[in-house]
Order: sequence, then structure tokens, then C-alpha cells
Amino acid sequence: MGQRLFICGVFLGFSLVLQFLKTGFQIVGEDQNGVYTGYNVSAWRTENKLLLIPVFTFSDNLAKQLSRKVRVLCWVMTAPQYLKTRTQHVRATWAQHCNAVLYMSSETSDFPTVGLNVSEGRDQLYWKTIRALQYIHTHHLHTADWFLKADDDTFVVMENLRRFLCRQDTEQPVYFGHRFRVFIKQGYMSGGAGYVLSREALRRFIQGFSSGRCTHTSSVEDLALGQCMETMGVKAGDSRDEEQREAFNPFRPDQHLLNPGTKKPTFEYSYYPKIRGPGCCSDFAISFHYIRPEQMYELQYYTYHLHPFGYKYRFNPQCNFFSNSITNYSINF
Amino acid sequence: MLSEGSSFLKGMVLGGVFCLILSLLGTFSPGITSQTEQHLHHHLKPLSKEELQKLSENQMSEVTQQVQVYCVIMVTPKILVYWATANDTWSKHCDRSVFYSSESAKALEAVDLQEQDEWARLRKALLHAYENAGGLRWFFIARPTTFAIIENLKYLVLVKDPSEPFYIGHVQKSGELEYVEYESGIVLSYEALKRLVGMFKDESKCPERAHALWKVSEEKQLATCLKYSGVFAENGEDAQGKELFNKKTVGMLISDSMVQNPNDVVEACCSDMAITFSGMNPSQMQVMMYGVYRLRPYGHNFHDSLTFLPPKGSDND
Repeated sequence: MGQRLFICGVFLGFSLVLQFLKTGFQIVGEDQNGVYTGYNVSAWRTENKLLLIPVFTFSDNLAKQLSRKVRVLCWVMTAPQYLKTRTQHVRATWAQHCNAVLYMSSETSDFPTVGLNVSEGRDQLYWKTIRALQYIHTHHLHTADWFLKADDDTFVVMENLRRFLCRQDTEQPVYFGHRFRVFIKQGYMSGGAGYVLSREALRRFIQGFSSGRCTHTSSVEDLALGQCMETMGVKAGDSRDEEQREAFNPFRPDQHLLNPGTKKPTFEYSYYPKIRGPGCCSDFAISFHYIRPEQMYELQYYTYHLHPFGYKYRFNPQCNFFSNSITNYSINF
Repeated sequence: MLSEGSSFLKGMVLGGVFCLILSLLGTFSPGITSQTEQHLHHHLKPLSKEELQKLSENQMSEVTQQVQVYCVIMVTPKILVYWATANDTWSKHCDRSVFYSSESAKALEAVDLQEQDEWARLRKALLHAYENAGGLRWFFIARPTTFAIIENLKYLVLVKDPSEPFYIGHVQKSGELEYVEYESGIVLSYEALKRLVGMFKDESKCPERAHALWKVSEEKQLATCLKYSGVFAENGEDAQGKELFNKKTVGMLISDSMVQNPNDVVEACCSDMAITFSGMNPSQMQVMMYGVYRLRPYGHNFHDSLTFLPPKGSDND
């Protein structure tokens, strides 16, 4: 009997170790920021046949960790007639990466959309923005840390937005986007490229309207919002990357990447020096505008799927968002 | 009871130690299985991630450096802007890229083949490539509107032996003949090219000028010549069976997918490690360059397990 047990033991021990070597295990630790970092022991290599070297590859939870640390509420400006033709493709692609998403329309629906007390039309756009921000302030002030506005033809890469926002403080009165230099002293953010407000910026916008310091000045919603921001002391921030390339882009990728690209006059509105050609846009671009449904999926494919296998990217900014020290460990099989 | 328990435990420890020893001695490392039988199949897939991880660091860097691609790009002076764009974008990732033209043009830096006939031009280009291969062992043939991601091509052929005949791409069938579609790019190993060049001398089986009443396309003539020398077409696909070589643009494939798979457009459309797209105009190529080599979401790690460095003298990747 003892012998049989012994033999069973041999087999069991053998297969357990074999399994361990094949599949590896994970070490997950929590650092002082309360953020998980993980290491996978996923393979072993024998350089020298006497040594067994476990190989640590960083777990790809970095994007997930960031989404826990930097929560963004996305609100998408849309209208009933665009739900099937545009908004559903937004919902199927980038909106899934938001912590929370609200579709703002003139009518409530099962899409689901939030029905604001406005009618549709270009002249109503700023009313829509005002009502939308009031709704968010009333119901969602603490649902997220940052509040992103996008159109139903804007494409956003949320992970890159979080990468940028991670270094910012949401209790400061600041907002970011593609900065224009015209009409307002500190400039204002392009509506189509998307803009993101800190919590304090949102509070001040609402205070502006309730105190009467901000009013409906124009139907050009990004300009009008920019005026209120300046009035209430909310700073227009710089969202360019480490190489001074824009992250929020008010046009399509081809319109920025080609030289000459677009001839639209608003192209010349930019606050920072405008670059045409490949230097235009950050590798970690946050948004593009005028994106039709087919292009939404195309950009989704380029961003999240198609990649050159093994390619070492040229632009590798050394960003230490999280401290490298790990305080508590747990091991998961 | 106690003694039984302890003998069980002893057994476990012994088993575990035995396993470790075996693995240390390397007898357990499956290494790279012989690939010679695989290219008789018609579907060619890259190594899986598990197989990749079994390579040691030395093997990995050896293999990565050995896979070198000579790009044969067929152009004509009429479409100068396509040549210029290919030159400025994807072809920089080839270890050597050579443009072969039908006639000379001042602005073009190309090998002037002085040949208008498509098939004769292809023959001359391939002969030139073979004679000037240097140490390069893989050949990729492209049309002017094709965009190729060379890193993914290298991954596909990573541990395949170029002294075996390989003829890879998107395979089509015409009667009994299986051929690789020209438009979506053709991959030849050194051995395949060597046999082809040998077959060029045989005017009856592989004529330079077709004598038939109707003109047979170059892709089929190529396939015929290769078939006579014992080289057969293989379809390049990924682990899920998705096509790696595409004759359409990304936009067209996405549009098709929106109709056929509206609930899962991107997943159903195209491979993550696609090698070619075709029918692309120059501005689409510039956008693709950015989309492939630069645009990415921060914090996503693909765990690719090997490294290809970016080429020198390039500013849009």
C-alpha cells in the first residue's frame, strides 16, 4: 500500500512541477499608491544548462490599473437621427473603454440616451452643452475624476487620455483639448476634437451659470464654453506629448499626416505651432474628428489590433506613473 | 497511516525533483520541431506564442537576425507617386528593397529592366534579385499599391528553413493550378527562387514569351514554373485561420465586415498580424504607416517575445 502511494506521489509531484513550469504563475503586489502591478513568471529559459532562470514579463494590466486610478466619464453629443448611423458605432468601439458613458440627445431613449431639455440644431448646440454639464454635475459629479466631451464623429483612445491625465490634478480648475488661439485670450478647446474638464472646472462652469457670470453668449459651443472657462478662472491647459506633438486632433488622421493635408481655415487656429506631416500627431494620440463609422472601426483595428510583431517603438517615453516598490505580495496560480 | 502519508509525500518530492532535473538537462525542452514536413501542407501558419517562448534567448536573437528579407518592388514611371510613397514608408523595413522598373525615369532610382511585358519583367527582376541576394534568404514581391508589414512577414517565416522551397501568399485556384495571388504579395524562400531561376532555362516548360493565343497572367506563369520545379503554393494565415495576405485595403475589408458581421466588425475582419494590404493609394499608405508603427494605446502589452529594431533613416515610424 505504501509503495503504491509512493508511486502516486511521484507522478503527482512530477505533473505538478511540470504544470508549474509550463504555465507559470503570477505575483501581484500593491504599491503605496494602492495600484496593482503584476509579474508573470511565464517561461523558463536555459542559457546555461545548470541554471533555471524564470523570465518575468510585466503583466499587461497597466491599462486596467490606469482605468481604476484615472476615471473618465465620456459624454457624447448626439441626436435621435444619428443613433443608428453614427452613435451605435461609437458605442461599439471606443466608448467601451470609458469608465462611464452618457449619450446626450434631445430625447430620452433605450439606446440609452439622456434627454436634455433642448431641441436639435446647430443653434442649440451650446444649450445642449449647458444642459449636459448641468445633468452631469447633478447626477455624476463623483462618478468619475474627469469629464470628456466628444461628438458622435470623434474617435478617442481612452488609454492615452488617461496616460496624460494621470499627471494632472482634478481638483485644479483646468481643462484640456486641442487648443485654439483665436477669439479668446487664453484660447479655447476645439469641440470636435473633444475636451476634458477637471472636477473643479465642472463645478466652476455650473457656478458660472447659477451666479449669472456666464450666460448663453453664442451657439458656437466650444467658443462659448471657452469664454465661460476664462471668466471663471479655469485654465486652458497644454496636452501635447513629450515631443510637443498634439494629442487631441480636430481633423482626420490623413488630414494631419499628409503635407499638404487639409485646407480648412480652422487648421490655422492652433495655439501651438502647427506641424503638417508625420510630426503632427503623437504616437499616443487621444482623439481624431470627422470620423465616419467605417473609419471608427479602421482606427480601432490600427490602435488595438494590427501591430508589427516584435517591433520596438521609437517613441518610448520614460514615464514612471507608479512607484516601482511593491509593498504587499500575493501569488496567484 | 503516518508512514503511508509520508511515503506519499516522499514520492511527490521525488517526482517534482525528477521533473526539475529532466528540464534542467534540457531533454524536456521540445526545442523547434522539424519543419520539413510542414511545408507540404497548404496552410502556413506562424509559430504560436507557446512555441516562441520555448526558444532560448540565444536562439531568439539568432533567429531574429537571420531572417532577412529582400523586397522586389515592381514599378512603372507612370505611377511615380506610388513608388515614392513605398520608398518613404513600408519598404524601409525591408533589409534590402529594390525597385524594378519597366523603363528608366530620371526621378526613379530603380533597376531599369527595359521590358514592357509583365511576365518577362518579373523574370528579369527575380533573376536580378537572385544574383544580388548577398546573404538574404527571403524574397518578397510587391506591386506598387501593396503595403507590407515586414516584421509580420518575418514572424511568419521565423523558424522556417529558406533552404527548403517556400512559395507563400494568398492562394487561389485556377483549374488544377494553385497559385499565389500577385496583388497581395508573393513570398519566396532562397531555395524556391533558386529552383525557379533554374527552370527559366527550360523554354518548353517555362517560356519567357507565352505562345498561347491568350495571355496567361504572370502569377499563373510563375506558379506553373515553380510547380515544375517541385515548389507548391501555400496560403499564409494566422493561428485562427485569418488571411495574412490581402488584396483589398483595410477600409474595404472593414466595410465588408460591417455588412457581414455587424456585431463584431473588427474581430471578424482582419488578422492582428496581417502582412499585406493592397489597392492602397499613397495617402492611405501614409496613414497606415502611422496606424501600424506609431498609434497605440498606452498600457497595452502584446507580449511579443522577440524584438525587431526600427530601421535607420526613417521619420514616419
